[in-house]
Amino acid sequence: MSTATASFQPKPSLPPPAATVGVVGWLRANLFSSWANAALTLLALYVLWKVIPPAIDWLITNAIWTGESTSDCKNPDETRKGGACWIYVQAWIPGYIYGLYPYDLRWRIDLAGVLSVLIMAPLFFKKMPYRATYGMIAIILVPIVAALLFNGWYDFAPSDPRASSHPWRTVETSKWGGMSLTLLIAWVGIGASLPIGIVLALGRRSKMPIVSALCVGFIELWRGVPLITVLFMSSVMLPLFLPEGVNFDKLMRALIGVTLFSAAYLAEVVRGGLQAIPRGQFEAASALGLNYPKSMALIVLPQALKIVIPGIVNSFIGLFKDTTLVAVIGMFDFLGAIQLGNADPKWLGYAVEGYVFAAILYFICCFSMSRYSLALERKLQTGHKR
Amino acid sequence: MSVAEKDHVKSTMTSEVAVQMVAVHKWYGEFHVLKDINLTVHRGERIVICGPSGSGKSTMIRCINRLEEHQKGQIIVEGTELTNDLKQIDAIRREVGMVFQHFNLFPHLTVLENCCLAPIWVRKMPRKDAEEIGMRYLTRVRIPEQAKKYPGQLSGGQQQRVAIARSLCMNPKVMLFDEPTSALDPEMIKEVLDVMIALAEEGMTMLCVTHEMGFAQKVANRVIFMDRGEIVEQNTPHEFFNNPQSDRTKLFLSQILRH
Repeated sequence: MSTATASFQPKPSLPPPAATVGVVGWLRANLFSSWANAALTLLALYVLWKVIPPAIDWLITNAIWTGESTSDCKNPDETRKGGACWIYVQAWIPGYIYGLYPYDLRWRIDLAGVLSVLIMAPLFFKKMPYRATYGMIAIILVPIVAALLFNGWYDFAPSDPRASSHPWRTVETSKWGGMSLTLLIAWVGIGASLPIGIVLALGRRSKMPIVSALCVGFIELWRGVPLITVLFMSSVMLPLFLPEGVNFDKLMRALIGVTLFSAAYLAEVVRGGLQAIPRGQFEAASALGLNYPKSMALIVLPQALKIVIPGIVNSFIGLFKDTTLVAVIGMFDFLGAIQLGNADPKWLGYAVEGYVFAAILYFICCFSMSRYSLALERKLQTGHKR
Repeated sequence: MSVAEKDHVKSTMTSEVAVQMVAVHKWYGEFHVLKDINLTVHRGERIVICGPSGSGKSTMIRCINRLEEHQKGQIIVEGTELTNDLKQIDAIRREVGMVFQHFNLFPHLTVLENCCLAPIWVRKMPRKDAEEIGMRYLTRVRIPEQAKKYPGQLSGGQQQRVAIARSLCMNPKVMLFDEPTSALDPEMIKEVLDVMIALAEEGMTMLCVTHEMGFAQKVANRVIFMDRGEIVEQNTPHEFFNNPQSDRTKLFLSQILRH
């Protein structure tokens, strides 16, 4: 060619066709893309219209919010009024929070709650120095402080008058209950099961056959047994095996059971994350001179745990709900307290309200965990796709 | 500076020995992957290793920093013999840098953090000093402006240059390159090779598995040809390309240089 080189002029970018953008475009693409789709959309709208307004009526509009006793929730002819009787739930809220804890000592639980918030509060400051270290200490500290306050200091003989009046007298764990107990069990279970789960996952992938076999055995054993069995075993059978005089607390045994059970599940979740990390990451870390603990702690685990955040939170939510199973060994957690309330002679016949309230509260807790995990995932996203 | 220039980078080879491999054998299960490898690398020497895939080139250089374990023979790096002693392995890895085909940057850390990690945690350097060194080497590979980005936001060529900088931050005595340009788009190969040439000019001891024959001609003191786990032929680049001795080498060269 004899002519000079042609200079390259890129074509200008054009806007997309109007029917594919905006509200109309979205409706067309997602709700009315075909006759079948349009029919399904209308059917769904009909079902929602049939379900949501009555639910709102019962929960809010027609509900009874003020009053003293069941008579406020009844028509003159002794039938129930059409809405929820929230005054029962209001009357029982202290019971839901504290369970059977002695009335005069409930301030100790309040104090534990306030202290927990204060201990955790500095973590909201992103710029805080040593935030990670402090976070780990705080997670261990909170349940210890709470348990100390729940338990109290002075163990008086039953004959001593102070055994029923002293502000710091001990309260046995069978009296603990309600939401405070649920939160305590969930906190300990979550806080302790994650590190144990990580160790089990690393152990299972170990090249040392004994370590790996022990971890596999442990995981499979705990995963293969229902939690309810674990709790029964811990409360009924374990004491039979322990020597005379050795006795450790029922709550402690339940905590250990819940923790190890959850750790076995978490181990498998974490192992999934470890398997997703390419070998090259470990090789690069080794080539730089990082030893096994350092390359795990700095390179492999941060990436692996990030990948399995959904799975970890899944396990945590499961654990949170499984805490209700401590009811079978005679502990009144939040759900147990709801059932106590339902059996209250003053409020007989309003169990539905109790259960609906329990459902709402559990949902709020679990949904916030789920949202938090999504936020965490977004925060840790570093724009890499491998 | 370009690969195409014919003049060879000035030799910096000395008589001191950096790496010595004596009668090294390795098996993967039943498969005999390295057969009687004898190799002496002098300080400041630059060796290019080539050969067909599966010939054991990568395995050989990965034995030098114990990413692969050899089962027979001796490997001595900077006066320390590689044994099962973990302390010695770590000591050798501190002195030997490695650059991988797929970069293997740590995606959860920024570019600068990638560079500072080993100096801080292995050399126990204060963070401030490590960051200073990190920035110095990022400047040398010509991407200081990317320091705060994550590897996933960089192009392949940039990532590989970060990987080189990351190795250099440990101030290694020997650098191993395992096909550093094979995973790159053609447009990005040159920027990586330029960095490697600059490194060669400074007298770095380099062992480089690559098929970039232009790079070999320009930089190498010695070209090694491997096939089926053996060193078939080794010579100066000029002799190697113009006067290959073995028919296997001739066949290989005719295949890679034909197009």
